[in-house]
Amino acid sequence: MRHIISVLLENEAGALSRVAGLFSARGYNIESLTVAPTDDPSLSRMTIVTSGSDEIVEQITKQLNKLIDVIKLLDMTAYPHIEREMALVKVRVPEAAEREEVKRLADIFRGRIIDVAHDSYVIEITGEGSKLDAFLVALDAFTVLEVVRSGVMGIARGDVALQI
Amino acid sequence: MSESASSATAITGAEIFCRSLQAEGVEVVFGYPGGAVLHIYDALYRQDKVSHVLVRHEQGAVHAAEGYAKSSDKPGVALVTSGPGATNAITGIADAYMDSVPLVVFTGQVPTSMIGNDAFQEVDTVGITRPCVKHNFLVKDVKDLASTIKKAFYVATTGRPGPVVVDIPKDVTADTCVFEYPESIHMRSYNPTTKGHTGQIRKAVDLILSAKQPMIYTGGGVILGRGSEALTEFTRQLGYPITNTLMGLGGYPASDKQFLGMLGMHGTYEANMAMHHADVLIAIGARFDDRVTGNIEKFCPHAKIVHVDVDPSSISKNVKVDVPIVGEVEPVLRELIKGLNEAGGKPDAEALATWWKQIAEWQAQDCLKYDQTSGLIKPQYVVQKFWELTEGDAYVTSDVGQHQMWAAQFYRFDKPNRWINSGGLGTMGVGLPFAMGVQFAHPEATVGCITGEASIQMCIQELSTCFQYQLPLKILNLNNRYLGMVRQWQEFFYQGRYAMSYMDALPDFVKLAEAYGHVGIQITQPGDVEGAIKEALAQKDRLVFMDFITDQSENVYPMIPAGAGQNEMILV
Repeated sequence: MRHIISVLLENEAGALSRVAGLFSARGYNIESLTVAPTDDPSLSRMTIVTSGSDEIVEQITKQLNKLIDVIKLLDMTAYPHIEREMALVKVRVPEAAEREEVKRLADIFRGRIIDVAHDSYVIEITGEGSKLDAFLVALDAFTVLEVVRSGVMGIARGDVALQI
Repeated sequence: MSESASSATAITGAEIFCRSLQAEGVEVVFGYPGGAVLHIYDALYRQDKVSHVLVRHEQGAVHAAEGYAKSSDKPGVALVTSGPGATNAITGIADAYMDSVPLVVFTGQVPTSMIGNDAFQEVDTVGITRPCVKHNFLVKDVKDLASTIKKAFYVATTGRPGPVVVDIPKDVTADTCVFEYPESIHMRSYNPTTKGHTGQIRKAVDLILSAKQPMIYTGGGVILGRGSEALTEFTRQLGYPITNTLMGLGGYPASDKQFLGMLGMHGTYEANMAMHHADVLIAIGARFDDRVTGNIEKFCPHAKIVHVDVDPSSISKNVKVDVPIVGEVEPVLRELIKGLNEAGGKPDAEALATWWKQIAEWQAQDCLKYDQTSGLIKPQYVVQKFWELTEGDAYVTSDVGQHQMWAAQFYRFDKPNRWINSGGLGTMGVGLPFAMGVQFAHPEATVGCITGEASIQMCIQELSTCFQYQLPLKILNLNNRYLGMVRQWQEFFYQGRYAMSYMDALPDFVKLAEAYGHVGIQITQPGDVEGAIKEALAQKDRLVFMDFITDQSENVYPMIPAGAGQNEMILV
């Protein structure tokens, strides 16, 4: 089963490699991993999307907790939660008709065109992974030059909060 | 200059290093100098509180520090230079990681300005050691040095112990700042659990008392957690049978009638059969290692399991358990004893009597018996004699292989911290440096190193260290001219194709010992074994290398072949 694990860890050199090293050394899957400092600059927050049986995911959380740099973690999957991913998509739109159609599609998916060049658009779109996938499928008829995806971020709904 | 006045003066990182070690109460550092640690060696030279032992290879330094730590209640400390110094130390660090040995290993590093430039003797020590340390640090500023050392000792020695590496660039050891050693340390990301959960303790007590065919299975955690006394009390109170893992030997007195011997691949028939038929298994400070469980699908098929361990990730890792208790072994055992007393219940005496009767039948197999009629020296006999002649009171290290198993089977340890071997990583070559570390921790004790002609050659250079420091070790070389365990597997599973397992061109160990300044004896007749050991023990001030020419065809029995269950042992 797919799990989204959010981790608060010390914002120190090497902390990321400890987590990445743990996953490769123990043969755990990483679907995506995002990390950035939080509002408290001494802390980083990482969101890991992984998959495995309940036993494996239990081991993953235990092994993560065992890392000295890890302060706290939360398996979002256990709670109602929101997950979001962002994509930046560069599409070739040399003709007026194409510009029209791509703009329309972006609107339908609540994406925004954030760069307009001579014959291309950059579209910013956020949502769950499946929505981003659907948008890319919708763009099949066009020439997509580049796609950048952020990987998943997650946050629990309501009172549950991952904080120290 | 008074202490307070001096502490307000800026001193070098190298001096801070020494002062920090003094503050930690470190008495001995095992190490080897080199370019990146020259400032540190100079500072060590100019103080006299921390002594330094010069090994002959960095691997030896880390193993010696392990031997020191495993046989005492103090962490081991090693100091090596950058680059090859650090890479040579890796095997020892990995060994300590697998066996949860509290170690602090200091590695020199190239100056901070040169890190990442492929400088002379540069290696990414933090990166290379990361998968085999409990934690590691790179100190980039002299102001962080003292607090980092404090953290390193704290992390290494608390919770599930393990090795911590502190990588110190050369310029940091030359820079200066005021020395202040923190009294205590708080790390928000590291809070090991000590006491067990009360509710879980209650559940465990109920389950333990409900048992008809109970079994207690304990590991190295009992020794690391100094829980041996509490374990003995707990086990005697219940009257249940107990087995120890290879790492757990000495955690419960081997001479006690409730002790069924070691379990696992080369454990006793009775211990493994009792595990297989148990209805309640009480696992304490053990990690269900594959050498213990055999085929995991067939492991303890009837048992409800209580598992006490300080490391939550050890629980339900290999085997799903019914009552997990996260906490330190000693306080949890005390809580369990209290719980048993409060519960007022007693174990089912009738069921227990039937169970012991069954166990007695398994014991009657006498699974450790060996044939003495060949006229050749049996390796088991050597170990047995050494046990008798030292009255079971020596510190014993071993290397890895057949001799290790015979040492574990035939030297019956009644006390913790007496049996020092490499269980997890299975590192050949540890025996001699382990023994050096043990002798430094216990200068007056008899320290034996049970080894083989292959293992001993992997760190043989340390005989030189032994001479320099006049360590009167007793080395028992069980010389069968084979990589015995490899040969055994080749005999059993590769139709006797002995690929590369014959140790050809062996040195003359007697001359070799003498060349290093020690006493060497070769023993070829069973009748001479006892006399040789007596003679060696009588030479109180000398290292004696006993080269026993043993039966080449001897195998370690009993044995659970790979993939088999605990009830499927090969007996002879």
